[in-house]
Amino acid sequence: MNDPLARALRAPAPEARAAARRFADRAAAEHEADLAYTTTPSPLGELLLVASPRGLAQMHYLDEPLELALETLARKRSPRIVESASALDPWRRELDEYFRGDRRRFEAQLDWEAMAPFQSAVLRATVAIPYGETSTYTGVATVAGNARAQRAAGNALGANPLAIIIPCHRVLRSGGGFGGYTGGLHRKHYLLELEALSRP
Amino acid sequence: MASRTGRPARSSTVTHSLPPFQDLLERHSEDVWRTLRAMVGAQAAEDCFQETFLAALRAYPRLRADSSPRAWLLTIAHNKAIDHIRRGARERAQEIEPAGAEPPAPDGEIWSAVAGLAPRQRAAVALRYIGDLSHREIAAAIGCSEEASRRSLHDGLETLRRQL
Repeated sequence: MNDPLARALRAPAPEARAAARRFADRAAAEHEADLAYTTTPSPLGELLLVASPRGLAQMHYLDEPLELALETLARKRSPRIVESASALDPWRRELDEYFRGDRRRFEAQLDWEAMAPFQSAVLRATVAIPYGETSTYTGVATVAGNARAQRAAGNALGANPLAIIIPCHRVLRSGGGFGGYTGGLHRKHYLLELEALSRP
Repeated sequence: MASRTGRPARSSTVTHSLPPFQDLLERHSEDVWRTLRAMVGAQAAEDCFQETFLAALRAYPRLRADSSPRAWLLTIAHNKAIDHIRRGARERAQEIEPAGAEPPAPDGEIWSAVAGLAPRQRAAVALRYIGDLSHREIAAAIGCSEEASRRSLHDGLETLRRQL
């Protein structure tokens, strides 16, 4: 095969990268993709944000490699996932404001769809805990409809798919103990401190 | 099998595991672009590229996990390019403009020679030299017998050799 032809055909196509980005942004904006994701820095480390057409579906501390997190998402929710920073703008903005101490309540839409009924009830009870205040595992279990299910409530909080935004860091142990936190206790401590300092 | 409830199947019921679509986009977008550039020219490549990945995203859950996503994507790209060429031929039935590449300066001659090939030959050359597809995959992409795709490739290269 004559080389000039192969060279011309295989010449680099730097336009492809921008075209791919345009595609992903549009696929997310027009809800062609089931999920859109981006990563964003925060005072607590890099965060992974994932939105479905219904709203923010997941937000995690990105302590594992991104590829692993995406593979899990593809397996558990949908492989039709694209990267789009603009699709996650509303939540990123609110998070930035929160970390600056300028936001006490998250307003952008959340996706509750993938949650089991009791988990959803526990997490909704958690969302109702006001900024800067705390509750207990028994407290949220009670609001969720089963006062004796502290253990299940703890599991539901541990599996919170929307860290920070569903403020599971505001749930402490009844005796006044700190309880656990999936992202690590230093983060729970940081968030409670931030809210205590930013309280009006 | 059709869903009993008539609702689209929940994605969580998918049992095989496909990589995140973003992987395919990052891994193969340059070759998709190159293939389209060879088949329809740089100008039309953008639209065909968007159509290719949109069709791929929609069909993605039905892709078998053991098949080659690369051959699959290039097949879709080929189909979009052929659609574009046919549309162009219909719309400009009078002054048929070869749907080929605008020549980037140094290789101008090559690009106009490629653009002058019959669409099937152009496809065979692009899928072989850009996509690195096997003769069987090329035949499947073009939708013809393996023998016919070998012939298209051979004839295409012959024509190019004569011209360059």
